[in-house]
Amino acid sequence: MKKIAIEVNGKKVSKEIQDHTTLSGLLRDILNLTGTHIGCDTSQCGACVVHVDGKSIKSCTALAADLDGSKVTTIEGLASNGKLHPMQEAFKKMHGLQCGFCTPGMVMSAVDLLKNKKNPSDQEIRDWLEGNICRCTGYHNIVAAVKEAASKM
Amino acid sequence: MKTFNYHSAKDVKEASKLASSNSAFLAGGMTTIPSMKLGLASYKDIIDIKRIKKLSGIKVSGKKVTIGATTKHSEVASSKDVKKAIPSLAALAEGIGDPQVRNRGTIGGSIANNDPAADYPSACIALNATIHTNNRSIVAEKFFTGMFETCLKSNEVIEAIEFSIPEKSSYQKLPNPASRYAIIGVYVAKHKTGINVGVTGAKSCVYNDKDLAGALTKNFSSSAIDNVKISSSGMNSDIHASSDYRANMVKAFAKKAVDAC
Repeated sequence: MKKIAIEVNGKKVSKEIQDHTTLSGLLRDILNLTGTHIGCDTSQCGACVVHVDGKSIKSCTALAADLDGSKVTTIEGLASNGKLHPMQEAFKKMHGLQCGFCTPGMVMSAVDLLKNKKNPSDQEIRDWLEGNICRCTGYHNIVAAVKEAASKM
Repeated sequence: MKTFNYHSAKDVKEASKLASSNSAFLAGGMTTIPSMKLGLASYKDIIDIKRIKKLSGIKVSGKKVTIGATTKHSEVASSKDVKKAIPSLAALAEGIGDPQVRNRGTIGGSIANNDPAADYPSACIALNATIHTNNRSIVAEKFFTGMFETCLKSNEVIEAIEFSIPEKSSYQKLPNPASRYAIIGVYVAKHKTGINVGVTGAKSCVYNDKDLAGALTKNFSSSAIDNVKISSSGMNSDIHASSDYRANMVKAFAKKAVDAC
Protein backbone atom coordinates (compact mmCIF):
# COMPACT_ATOMS: atom_id res chain seq x y z
CA MET A 1 0.00 0.00 0.00
CA LYS A 2 1.10 3.55 -0.70
CA LYS A 3 -0.12 6.80 0.72
CA ILE A 4 -0.64 9.58 -1.78
CA ALA A 5 -1.85 13.16 -1.62
CA ILE A 6 -3.15 14.68 -4.82
CA GLU A 7 -5.50 17.43 -5.87
CA VAL A 8 -8.52 16.38 -7.89
CA ASN A 9 -10.67 19.10 -9.46
CA GLY A 10 -9.35 21.58 -6.93
CA LYS A 11 -9.97 19.39 -3.88
CA LYS A 12 -7.15 17.91 -1.86
CA VAL A 13 -7.36 14.14 -1.55
CA SER A 14 -5.24 11.82 0.60
CA LYS A 15 -5.70 8.10 0.14
CA GLU A 16 -3.99 4.86 0.84
CA ILE A 17 -3.90 2.86 -2.38
CA GLN A 18 -2.52 -0.40 -3.66
CA ASP A 19 0.79 -0.14 -5.50
CA HIS A 20 -0.77 -1.21 -8.81
CA THR A 21 -3.79 1.12 -8.64
CA THR A 22 -4.08 3.15 -11.81
CA LEU A 23 -5.21 6.75 -11.88
CA SER A 24 -8.42 5.69 -13.65
CA GLY A 25 -9.02 3.12 -10.91
CA LEU A 26 -8.45 5.70 -8.21
CA LEU A 27 -10.82 8.17 -9.84
CA ARG A 28 -13.61 5.73 -10.57
CA ASP A 29 -13.47 3.13 -7.82
CA ILE A 30 -12.15 5.09 -4.88
CA LEU A 31 -13.25 8.68 -5.54
CA ASN A 32 -16.48 7.73 -7.37
CA LEU A 33 -15.68 10.07 -10.25
CA THR A 34 -17.13 7.80 -12.90
CA GLY A 35 -17.15 10.40 -15.67
CA THR A 36 -13.70 9.16 -16.64
CA HIS A 37 -14.42 6.06 -18.70
CA ILE A 38 -12.35 2.95 -19.23
CA GLY A 39 -12.60 1.54 -22.73
CA CYS A 40 -9.63 -0.48 -23.88
CA ASP A 41 -7.72 -0.12 -20.59
CA THR A 42 -4.45 -0.25 -22.55
CA SER A 43 -4.02 3.41 -23.61
CA GLN A 44 -5.34 3.15 -27.14
CA CYS A 45 -8.95 4.40 -27.02
CA GLY A 46 -8.63 7.63 -25.04
CA ALA A 47 -11.92 7.36 -23.12
CA CYS A 48 -9.93 7.80 -19.89
CA VAL A 49 -8.13 11.05 -20.78
CA VAL A 50 -7.73 13.47 -17.88
CA HIS A 51 -5.33 16.33 -17.22
CA VAL A 52 -2.39 15.88 -14.88
CA ASP A 53 -0.50 19.06 -14.05
CA GLY A 54 -2.13 20.73 -17.03
CA LYS A 55 -1.36 18.06 -19.63
CA SER A 56 -3.70 15.45 -21.08
CA ILE A 57 -2.77 11.85 -20.34
CA LYS A 58 -4.46 8.48 -20.43
CA SER A 59 -5.36 7.75 -16.84
CA CYS A 60 -5.61 3.98 -17.37
CA THR A 61 -1.89 3.87 -18.01
CA ALA A 62 -0.61 5.98 -15.14
CA LEU A 63 0.01 4.55 -11.71
CA ALA A 64 -1.65 6.54 -8.96
CA ALA A 65 1.36 5.94 -6.73
CA ASP A 66 3.51 7.80 -9.21
CA LEU A 67 1.29 10.90 -9.20
CA ASP A 68 1.78 11.86 -5.57
CA GLY A 69 1.66 15.66 -5.39
CA SER A 70 0.00 16.12 -8.80
CA LYS A 71 -3.00 18.18 -9.77
CA VAL A 72 -5.64 16.22 -11.66
CA THR A 73 -8.60 17.60 -13.61
CA THR A 74 -11.32 15.23 -14.76
CA ILE A 75 -14.43 15.81 -16.85
CA GLU A 76 -16.30 16.53 -13.59
CA GLY A 77 -13.97 19.46 -13.01
CA LEU A 78 -14.79 21.37 -16.20
CA ALA A 79 -18.21 22.80 -15.47
CA SER A 80 -18.29 25.64 -12.99
CA ASN A 81 -21.27 26.78 -10.91
CA GLY A 82 -23.58 24.50 -12.84
CA LYS A 83 -22.54 26.01 -16.17
CA LEU A 84 -21.07 23.72 -18.80
CA HIS A 85 -17.55 24.38 -20.05
CA PRO A 86 -17.60 25.91 -23.58
CA MET A 87 -16.23 22.63 -24.95
CA GLN A 88 -19.06 20.65 -23.35
CA GLU A 89 -21.56 23.22 -24.62
CA ALA A 90 -20.12 22.92 -28.14
CA PHE A 91 -20.33 19.10 -28.12
CA LYS A 92 -24.00 19.44 -27.17
CA LYS A 93 -24.75 22.11 -29.75
CA MET A 94 -22.96 20.38 -32.65
CA HIS A 95 -24.17 16.87 -31.78
CA GLY A 96 -20.58 15.80 -31.15
CA LEU A 97 -21.69 12.62 -29.43
CA GLN A 98 -24.00 9.70 -29.91
CA CYS A 99 -23.59 7.02 -27.24
CA GLY A 100 -21.35 9.31 -25.21
CA PHE A 101 -18.85 6.70 -24.09
CA CYS A 102 -15.81 8.34 -25.68
CA THR A 103 -17.03 11.87 -24.94
CA PRO A 104 -15.30 12.58 -21.61
CA GLY A 105 -11.95 11.67 -23.16
CA MET A 106 -12.70 13.59 -26.35
CA VAL A 107 -13.63 16.69 -24.39
CA MET A 108 -10.58 16.53 -22.10
CA SER A 109 -8.26 15.96 -25.03
CA ALA A 110 -9.85 18.80 -27.04
CA VAL A 111 -9.57 21.22 -24.10
CA ASP A 112 -5.85 20.46 -23.95
CA LEU A 113 -5.55 21.12 -27.70
CA LEU A 114 -7.11 24.57 -27.37
CA LYS A 115 -4.72 25.44 -24.55
CA ASN A 116 -1.86 25.16 -27.00
CA LYS A 117 -3.60 26.14 -30.22
CA LYS A 118 -6.32 28.75 -30.14
CA ASN A 119 -7.70 28.22 -33.64
CA PRO A 120 -6.80 24.77 -34.89
CA SER A 121 -7.59 23.71 -38.45
CA ASP A 122 -9.73 20.64 -39.17
CA GLN A 123 -6.56 18.67 -39.88
CA GLU A 124 -4.91 19.80 -36.65
CA ILE A 125 -8.01 18.76 -34.69
CA ARG A 126 -8.08 15.37 -36.39
CA ASP A 127 -4.35 14.87 -35.78
CA TRP A 128 -4.69 15.82 -32.14
CA LEU A 129 -7.64 13.48 -31.57
CA GLU A 130 -5.57 10.59 -32.95
CA GLY A 131 -5.66 8.86 -29.57
CA ASN A 132 -9.41 9.18 -29.02
CA ILE A 133 -11.53 6.54 -30.65
CA CYS A 134 -15.26 6.98 -31.28
CA ARG A 135 -17.03 3.79 -32.34
CA CYS A 136 -20.23 5.60 -33.29
CA THR A 137 -18.03 7.18 -36.00
CA GLY A 138 -19.06 10.61 -34.90
CA TYR A 139 -15.76 12.23 -35.80
CA HIS A 140 -17.20 14.76 -38.21
CA ASN A 141 -19.39 16.42 -35.62
CA ILE A 142 -16.67 16.12 -32.98
CA VAL A 143 -14.36 18.17 -35.18
CA ALA A 144 -17.19 20.66 -35.73
CA ALA A 145 -17.70 20.85 -31.96
CA VAL A 146 -14.03 21.57 -31.29
CA LYS A 147 -14.10 24.33 -33.92
CA GLU A 148 -17.24 25.78 -32.37
CA ALA A 149 -15.61 25.74 -28.94
CA ALA A 150 -12.48 27.39 -30.34
CA SER A 151 -14.60 30.27 -31.62
CA LYS A 152 -16.13 30.75 -28.16
CA MET A 153 -13.09 30.31 -25.92
CA MET B 1 -2.94 -6.29 -13.44
CA LYS B 2 -1.05 -8.41 -10.93
CA THR B 3 0.24 -6.42 -8.04
CA PHE B 4 3.86 -5.44 -7.49
CA ASN B 5 5.90 -3.34 -5.12
CA TYR B 6 6.15 0.22 -6.39
CA HIS B 7 9.33 2.14 -5.64
CA SER B 8 10.14 5.69 -6.63
CA ALA B 9 13.91 5.91 -6.82
CA LYS B 10 15.53 9.16 -5.72
CA ASP B 11 18.68 8.62 -7.76
CA VAL B 12 20.19 6.24 -10.27
CA LYS B 13 22.22 4.47 -7.62
CA GLU B 14 19.11 3.61 -5.64
CA ALA B 15 17.26 2.51 -8.78
CA SER B 16 20.08 0.20 -9.76
CA LYS B 17 20.33 -1.22 -6.25
CA LEU B 18 16.61 -2.04 -6.14
CA ALA B 19 16.76 -3.89 -9.46
CA SER B 20 16.67 -7.66 -9.73
CA SER B 21 15.89 -10.28 -12.36
CA ASN B 22 12.23 -9.82 -11.38
CA SER B 23 11.96 -6.04 -11.65
CA ALA B 24 11.43 -3.39 -14.28
CA PHE B 25 12.33 0.26 -14.42
CA LEU B 26 9.33 2.47 -15.07
CA ALA B 27 9.57 5.68 -17.03
CA GLY B 28 6.45 6.69 -19.04
CA GLY B 29 4.98 3.20 -18.68
CA MET B 30 3.42 3.37 -22.14
CA THR B 31 4.48 -0.22 -22.87
CA THR B 32 5.22 -1.62 -19.42
CA ILE B 33 1.79 -0.92 -17.93
CA PRO B 34 -0.33 -2.27 -20.83
CA SER B 35 2.00 -5.30 -21.01
CA MET B 36 1.39 -6.02 -17.34
CA LYS B 37 -2.36 -5.57 -17.78
CA LEU B 38 -2.42 -7.98 -20.70
CA GLY B 39 -0.48 -10.57 -18.72
CA LEU B 40 2.48 -10.38 -21.10
CA ALA B 41 4.76 -9.30 -18.27
CA SER B 42 4.74 -9.36 -14.51
CA TYR B 43 7.28 -8.09 -12.03
CA LYS B 44 7.82 -8.26 -8.31
CA ASP B 45 9.19 -4.73 -8.22
CA ILE B 46 8.49 -1.68 -10.36
CA ILE B 47 11.17 0.94 -9.96
CA ASP B 48 10.00 4.36 -11.06
CA ILE B 49 12.85 6.53 -12.35
CA LYS B 50 10.74 9.54 -13.40
CA ARG B 51 11.57 11.62 -10.36
CA ILE B 52 15.31 11.42 -10.90
CA LYS B 53 15.91 14.95 -12.17
CA LYS B 54 19.21 14.38 -13.92
CA LEU B 55 17.64 11.82 -16.27
CA SER B 56 15.50 14.43 -18.00
CA GLY B 57 16.43 17.27 -20.32
CA ILE B 58 17.88 18.21 -23.68
CA LYS B 59 21.36 19.59 -24.28
CA VAL B 60 22.95 20.68 -27.54
CA SER B 61 26.68 21.21 -27.61
CA GLY B 62 28.92 21.33 -30.67
CA LYS B 63 27.98 18.47 -32.92
CA LYS B 64 25.93 16.51 -30.39
CA VAL B 65 22.38 16.50 -29.10
CA THR B 66 22.08 14.74 -25.76
CA ILE B 67 18.63 13.75 -24.52
CA GLY B 68 18.01 12.48 -21.01
CA ALA B 69 16.40 9.04 -20.76
CA THR B 70 13.13 10.19 -19.18
CA THR B 71 12.62 13.10 -21.56
CA LYS B 72 9.14 12.81 -22.98
CA HIS B 73 8.35 12.55 -26.69
CA SER B 74 6.34 15.79 -26.49
CA GLU B 75 9.41 17.58 -25.07
CA VAL B 76 11.64 16.36 -27.90
CA ALA B 77 8.96 17.21 -30.47
CA SER B 78 8.57 20.77 -29.23
CA SER B 79 12.20 21.50 -28.34
CA LYS B 80 13.52 24.52 -30.24
CA ASP B 81 17.04 23.17 -29.81
CA VAL B 82 16.22 19.78 -31.32
CA LYS B 83 14.19 21.37 -34.12
CA LYS B 84 17.18 23.52 -35.01
CA ALA B 85 19.93 20.89 -34.65
CA ILE B 86 18.16 17.77 -35.96
CA PRO B 87 14.70 18.68 -37.28
CA SER B 88 14.07 15.10 -38.40
CA LEU B 89 14.41 13.90 -34.80
CA ALA B 90 11.81 16.38 -33.54
CA ALA B 91 9.51 15.31 -36.39
CA LEU B 92 10.00 11.65 -35.47
CA ALA B 93 8.99 12.37 -31.87
CA GLU B 94 5.91 14.28 -33.09
CA GLY B 95 4.81 11.18 -35.00
CA ILE B 96 4.91 8.71 -32.11
CA GLY B 97 1.54 7.37 -30.95
CA ASP B 98 -0.85 10.18 -30.03
CA PRO B 99 -0.62 13.39 -27.95
CA GLN B 100 -1.34 11.64 -24.64
CA VAL B 101 1.24 8.95 -25.31
CA ARG B 102 3.74 11.66 -26.23
CA ASN B 103 2.95 13.44 -22.95
CA ARG B 104 4.05 10.34 -20.99
CA GLY B 105 6.26 8.14 -23.15
CA THR B 106 10.02 8.61 -22.94
CA ILE B 107 12.96 8.15 -25.26
CA GLY B 108 14.82 5.90 -22.83
CA GLY B 109 11.77 3.71 -22.38
CA SER B 110 11.33 3.41 -26.11
CA ILE B 111 14.86 2.25 -26.81
CA ALA B 112 15.10 0.01 -23.74
CA ASN B 113 11.94 -1.77 -24.92
CA ASN B 114 13.30 -2.03 -28.49
CA ASP B 115 9.96 -2.79 -30.05
CA PRO B 116 10.69 -3.91 -33.62
CA ALA B 117 8.23 -1.26 -34.85
CA ALA B 118 9.30 1.61 -32.58
CA ASP B 119 10.57 4.85 -34.14
CA TYR B 120 13.45 5.92 -31.90
CA PRO B 121 15.72 2.89 -32.48
CA SER B 122 16.05 3.90 -36.14
CA ALA B 123 17.12 7.38 -35.05
CA CYS B 124 19.79 5.88 -32.79
CA ILE B 125 21.18 3.88 -35.73
CA ALA B 126 20.98 6.71 -38.26
CA LEU B 127 22.36 9.40 -35.96
CA ASN B 128 25.33 7.36 -34.64
CA ALA B 129 23.90 7.49 -31.15
CA THR B 130 25.80 6.56 -28.03
CA ILE B 131 23.65 5.24 -25.20
CA HIS B 132 25.04 6.28 -21.83
CA THR B 133 24.09 4.10 -18.87
CA ASN B 134 25.12 4.20 -15.24
CA ASN B 135 27.90 1.71 -16.11
CA ARG B 136 29.09 2.37 -19.65
CA SER B 137 28.58 3.98 -23.03
CA ILE B 138 27.25 1.79 -25.81
CA VAL B 139 27.11 2.54 -29.54
CA ALA B 140 23.65 2.05 -31.04
CA GLU B 141 24.63 -0.77 -33.38
CA LYS B 142 25.75 -2.85 -30.39
CA PHE B 143 22.88 -1.76 -28.13
CA PHE B 144 19.98 -3.28 -30.07
CA THR B 145 20.49 -7.04 -30.06
CA GLY B 146 17.16 -8.56 -31.16
CA MET B 147 13.38 -8.46 -30.94
CA PHE B 148 12.57 -6.54 -27.72
CA GLU B 149 16.19 -7.23 -26.70
CA THR B 150 19.05 -4.93 -25.86
CA CYS B 151 22.43 -5.49 -24.26
CA LEU B 152 21.24 -3.79 -21.03
CA LYS B 153 21.77 -5.67 -17.78
CA SER B 154 18.87 -5.86 -15.33
CA ASN B 155 20.40 -3.27 -12.98
CA GLU B 156 21.59 -0.98 -15.76
CA VAL B 157 19.81 2.35 -16.16
CA ILE B 158 19.91 4.38 -19.36
CA GLU B 159 20.87 7.93 -18.41
CA ALA B 160 21.05 9.71 -21.75
CA ILE B 161 21.20 9.23 -25.48
CA GLU B 162 23.76 11.25 -27.40
CA PHE B 163 23.04 11.84 -31.09
CA SER B 164 25.48 13.15 -33.70
CA ILE B 165 24.10 16.11 -35.65
CA PRO B 166 24.12 15.09 -39.32
CA GLU B 167 24.62 17.31 -42.36
CA LYS B 168 21.13 16.33 -43.45
CA SER B 169 18.59 13.75 -42.49
CA SER B 170 14.98 12.65 -42.76
CA TYR B 171 12.77 10.01 -41.17
CA GLN B 172 9.85 8.73 -43.20
CA LYS B 173 7.43 6.12 -42.02
CA LEU B 174 4.43 4.20 -43.13
CA PRO B 175 2.45 4.22 -39.90
CA ASN B 176 -0.01 1.59 -38.85
CA PRO B 177 -3.26 3.57 -39.16
CA ALA B 178 -4.43 2.53 -35.70
CA SER B 179 -1.36 2.51 -33.48
CA ARG B 180 0.99 4.81 -35.42
CA TYR B 181 3.75 2.26 -34.89
CA ALA B 182 5.90 1.94 -38.00
CA ILE B 183 4.90 -0.74 -40.47
CA ILE B 184 8.07 0.58 -42.07
CA GLY B 185 10.24 3.47 -40.98
CA VAL B 186 13.40 4.60 -42.75
CA TYR B 187 15.79 7.13 -41.24
CA VAL B 188 18.39 8.43 -43.67
CA ALA B 189 21.23 10.52 -42.25
CA LYS B 190 24.22 11.95 -44.08
CA HIS B 191 27.17 12.60 -41.81
CA LYS B 192 30.63 13.86 -42.78
CA THR B 193 31.88 10.42 -41.82
CA GLY B 194 29.32 8.43 -43.83
CA ILE B 195 25.70 7.65 -44.48
CA ASN B 196 23.37 5.57 -42.32
CA VAL B 197 20.00 4.15 -43.23
CA GLY B 198 18.23 3.02 -40.06
CA VAL B 199 15.28 0.77 -40.84
CA THR B 200 12.57 -0.09 -38.32
CA GLY B 201 9.42 -2.18 -38.63
CA ALA B 202 10.87 -4.37 -41.35
CA LYS B 203 12.64 -7.10 -39.38
CA SER B 204 12.69 -8.45 -35.84
CA CYS B 205 15.13 -5.71 -34.89
CA VAL B 206 16.16 -2.31 -36.21
CA TYR B 207 19.17 -2.39 -38.58
CA ASN B 208 21.43 -0.22 -40.68
CA ASP B 209 20.82 -1.06 -44.33
CA LYS B 210 24.34 -1.18 -45.72
CA ASP B 211 23.22 -1.70 -49.34
CA LEU B 212 21.12 1.46 -49.31
CA ALA B 213 23.86 3.34 -47.46
CA GLY B 214 26.42 2.13 -50.01
CA ALA B 215 24.35 3.26 -52.99
CA LEU B 216 23.73 6.66 -51.36
CA THR B 217 27.43 7.07 -50.58
CA LYS B 218 28.18 6.89 -54.31
CA ASN B 219 25.32 9.16 -55.26
CA PHE B 220 23.12 10.87 -52.70
CA SER B 221 19.88 10.93 -54.67
CA SER B 222 16.70 8.90 -54.61
CA SER B 223 17.43 7.57 -58.12
CA ALA B 224 20.56 5.90 -56.70
CA ILE B 225 18.20 3.63 -54.75
CA ASP B 226 16.35 2.41 -57.85
CA ASN B 227 18.86 -0.34 -58.57
CA VAL B 228 19.28 -1.53 -54.98
CA LYS B 229 17.69 -4.93 -54.45
CA ILE B 230 15.96 -5.26 -51.08
CA SER B 231 15.44 -8.88 -50.17
CA SER B 232 12.27 -9.78 -48.30
CA SER B 233 14.03 -12.67 -46.59
CA GLY B 234 13.94 -12.19 -42.83
CA MET B 235 11.33 -9.46 -43.06
CA ASN B 236 8.25 -9.45 -40.87
CA SER B 237 5.00 -10.71 -42.32
CA ASP B 238 1.73 -10.07 -40.48
CA ILE B 239 -1.84 -8.91 -40.96
CA HIS B 240 -0.62 -5.40 -41.72
CA ALA B 241 1.91 -6.18 -44.44
CA SER B 242 3.58 -9.17 -46.10
CA SER B 243 7.36 -9.44 -46.19
CA ASP B 244 7.42 -8.66 -49.93
CA TYR B 245 5.34 -5.54 -49.34
CA ARG B 246 7.63 -4.48 -46.52
CA ALA B 247 10.71 -4.96 -48.71
CA ASN B 248 9.12 -2.77 -51.36
CA MET B 249 8.16 -0.14 -48.78
CA VAL B 250 11.71 0.00 -47.40
CA LYS B 251 12.82 1.08 -50.83
CA ALA B 252 9.93 3.47 -51.38
CA PHE B 253 10.38 5.15 -48.00
CA ALA B 254 14.16 5.30 -48.34
CA LYS B 255 13.59 7.25 -51.56
CA LYS B 256 11.08 9.49 -49.82
CA ALA B 257 13.56 10.13 -47.02
CA VAL B 258 16.38 11.04 -49.41
CA ASP B 259 14.10 13.41 -51.32
CA ALA B 260 13.07 15.04 -48.03
CA CYS B 261 16.68 15.51 -46.85
